[in-house]
Amino acid sequence: MSKFLDYLEFRQDHLLELGFEHAQVVTIALVIASVIGVGTGIAVYRRERAATVAIAIVGTFLTIPSFALLAMFIPIFGLGYEPTVVALVMYALLPIVRNTVTGLRQVDPAVIESAQGMGMGRVRRLLRIELPLAWPIILTGIRVSALLLIGIAAIAAAVNGPGLGEDIFAGLARIGSASATNLVLGGVLGVIVLALLFDLFFLLFGRLTTSRGIRA
Amino acid sequence: MPDQLPPSPLDGNKVMISLQHLTKVFPGQREPAVNDLSMDIPEGEIVILVGPSGCGKSTTLRLINRLIEPTDGKIVLEGEDVTRVNSDELRRRMGYVIQQIGLFPHMTIEQNIATVPRMLGWDRKRVASRVGELLETVGMDPEQYRRRYPKELSGGQSQRVGVARAMAADPPILLMDEPFGAIDPITRDRLQNEFLRLQSDIKKTIVFVTHDIDEAVKMGDRIAVLREGSVIAQYDTPERILTNPADAYVETFIGSGASLKGLTLAYVRDIELADWPIAQKGTGRQAMREALLGSDRTAILTLDEQRRPVRWYTARDLDRSESLDEVGLPATALVESNATLHDALDQMLTSYTGSVIVVDRDGSYRGTVELDAIKHRVDEIRAAARERARQMSVPDHEPMTQAPSR
Repeated sequence: MSKFLDYLEFRQDHLLELGFEHAQVVTIALVIASVIGVGTGIAVYRRERAATVAIAIVGTFLTIPSFALLAMFIPIFGLGYEPTVVALVMYALLPIVRNTVTGLRQVDPAVIESAQGMGMGRVRRLLRIELPLAWPIILTGIRVSALLLIGIAAIAAAVNGPGLGEDIFAGLARIGSASATNLVLGGVLGVIVLALLFDLFFLLFGRLTTSRGIRA
Repeated sequence: MPDQLPPSPLDGNKVMISLQHLTKVFPGQREPAVNDLSMDIPEGEIVILVGPSGCGKSTTLRLINRLIEPTDGKIVLEGEDVTRVNSDELRRRMGYVIQQIGLFPHMTIEQNIATVPRMLGWDRKRVASRVGELLETVGMDPEQYRRRYPKELSGGQSQRVGVARAMAADPPILLMDEPFGAIDPITRDRLQNEFLRLQSDIKKTIVFVTHDIDEAVKMGDRIAVLREGSVIAQYDTPERILTNPADAYVETFIGSGASLKGLTLAYVRDIELADWPIAQKGTGRQAMREALLGSDRTAILTLDEQRRPVRWYTARDLDRSESLDEVGLPATALVESNATLHDALDQMLTSYTGSVIVVDRDGSYRGTVELDAIKHRVDEIRAAARERARQMSVPDHEPMTQAPSR
């Protein structure tokens, strides 16, 4: 145990750097996925068929094993950042699209009718009424995706992607050697700490961006 | 204009909203929800659409602000055909209040009320002062409630805010769909009274949907009783609908007790008051006895220095040896002259003497109301309504749906 602590101290800078890269790629993918996912949700939530199809499609993304998906992207995007971001975006879509649809659909019909009855047009109603009311649920979807991506991003090292996966894979490659366990454990610990930090961020962000009138 | 021309059912008021052959058939349905409805809604009045559930009254209301687009027919607003204009702009000219209220839960009371003024581009200061003014109008302290959220309000308060929000940009028209339907009876009664008082100041043109004939009679200047397909069975004043239902359908819908409902439409001030012998408090027993014997009544009423009723005494009370403050009965069952006959009758049932004492606003004695007087007044109202119906040479049992064209 103390050996592991020594190792952490020794690798501190390196781990921080990997953690930062990890957080960065997850954040980029999450932002892109949020834009696409919320947009898709808005486009389909009023139409039952379209919503079912959209959710089914982004649902199948999530069933593709991450190793396989990343490997498939090598001929298209090469190695490194690009295949990683594209794969992460695909995995992040399901929770975001589904929660956007659910969130927008659970807005009280009386609220919508009164907005409409006051002469609020379609766009204004969406921006001023429906999205703010659906926001806590949409944000929950984004938060679930964030946790999902932090785990999956570790696999991206397989295609030379950035992040803590580098150490984990390096460790796994030389299993049996003295440093192997430390490398893997260090990477995993980094992933867990990152997940906790993201969760904390979403908790605070949610409180700041949700109206006091609809906070539980 | 010849003298004999029958008074228009709109009493010559300007027509604010005119529905012309309005029809709505929902996709996939064979029967129209609203079937060729034509009616004129006069300016400054409360017109009630009343009918059983499913008769199409709410659909009709939504056709007026085009939340539902008509299949056929025209909506004319102050002479302007609005059937095809931009529906969002149309709706900003009409307040809309629904039973579930639909306040925006993520906005403060102030932001809720400010919705339409802000869409219309009012500046911040004007919006803020308007919100304060409206909250006061509906009886809520602006400083206390401005920054609250809807979840912090009671049902009655939410409804008040809903009305304030609908009136925010001072639209000439209010559409109200069972606005007091989801509120407990006591609060509802209070809100109805407040709303009527408010309306007597603001004089909006109001279309009000309810399934409750009692509410219709209480709130309406004019009532349209609707049957299925939003077909007008009768469109007339509450008095005339109660006293002179157009057909068996209307009669059934009014239900029993039409005369009793009619009592809410007649006022104590309109009937002749009876008199009982009265005496200033402190008058000697002998003088009171003489006054009582000189009348054909069984009791004498004493008044204090401000002429406010104090106690009733019968001849036997005056013969008793105890102090006059201990014998006799306290003068209860008081009404003011602007009370309805319904209120008076209600008080009468609790009174000792079978009469109700009418007092001025300051509490001073004016006379009494007896059961016979109420009965007499009901007969008069009925006879007058029949007479008017006859003079208009409209057969008693033909539904009247539209104002004669002018």
